[in-house]
Amino acid sequence: MRIGVVTFPGSNSDVDALNALAVAGVEPVSLWHESPDLHGVAGVILPGGFAYGDYLRAGVIARFSPVMRGVSDFAAKGGLVLGICNGFQVLAESRLVPGALLRNRSLRFASKIVAIKPQRLDSPFTHRSTGAPLHIPIAHGEGCYYADDATLDDIERNGQILWRYVRSDGTPALDPDDPANPNGSLRAIAGVCNTAGNVAGLMPHPERMSESILGSDDGMQLIRSFVDSAKAWETGR
Amino acid sequence: MSEFRYAVNVLPKQGILDPQGRAVELSLPHLNVTNVSRVRVGRRAELTVTAGSEAEARALVDDLAKELLSNPLIEAYAIELLEATSSAVSAGGAPPATGSGADSGAKVTRS
Repeated sequence: MRIGVVTFPGSNSDVDALNALAVAGVEPVSLWHESPDLHGVAGVILPGGFAYGDYLRAGVIARFSPVMRGVSDFAAKGGLVLGICNGFQVLAESRLVPGALLRNRSLRFASKIVAIKPQRLDSPFTHRSTGAPLHIPIAHGEGCYYADDATLDDIERNGQILWRYVRSDGTPALDPDDPANPNGSLRAIAGVCNTAGNVAGLMPHPERMSESILGSDDGMQLIRSFVDSAKAWETGR
Repeated sequence: MSEFRYAVNVLPKQGILDPQGRAVELSLPHLNVTNVSRVRVGRRAELTVTAGSEAEARALVDDLAKELLSNPLIEAYAIELLEATSSAVSAGGAPPATGSGADSGAKVTRS
């Protein structure tokens, strides 16, 4: 089975994502931003980085790139799409997932390992998680999740909040100034999905914790969930 | 056809935390300024549209402001007409004269 990773000008985690997919035992396929052709892949990752230099707003220029036409059509058909970090920003700007990512509350670029906890274990992106917090890195300047109160209530009710930043005792770091909430995200949201559940984005980088030689393979719980679900989706077509 | 030059001013919506505005505000005491508050920091884009009418040009700028220049979830925008230059292009297709003193253009400038 083949899973695609999009490379935009300025992507910098595309190779890590391709590697994590290889670790998960699938054939990684590099997709170029200038073509809407997804080459028949069973799932798509939008990787981290600074697509188009993050000019104007992170993710917005990428939204209008040819490959995103292919990704939107793929998502509309039920195909699985995972946006990591800058990829999450691209999905949010494309309005494929709810909300927006604001400048970190601290105004600082945050680069460290954080703890996130899956909020449900029955989604395509979390079903192979143990349920325990995952310790994976973040590296972003604009990761403060924002949506208006009505939207936050909606996504909470619909189970669209897939990951939250948690404190060492595993409870969500709901206070935006809590040190365990690295960017001031509302309701400690680290990642969300669309209403259909097939498009998800998160700020932390699971692909950077994909092998024990990298320090941990916590991120593979997420990557394997995604890969398995993509397999099931492809088989069911 | 005429040329219309616009500015699109984008600011974080009221009620949205604006860390840049806050950082600027926090620097004010270092300048011994104590009577400035409610600083908001945004961005400004300027662009020229060639269109048949101001209404047509403004509708396009409004679309661009909504779709590209701002994110309506978090930002508000205001459109400002900076300059309108109407040029009477002859049916023969002679290019409109450019530069100051050109006789083909009536120029209106608003600040």
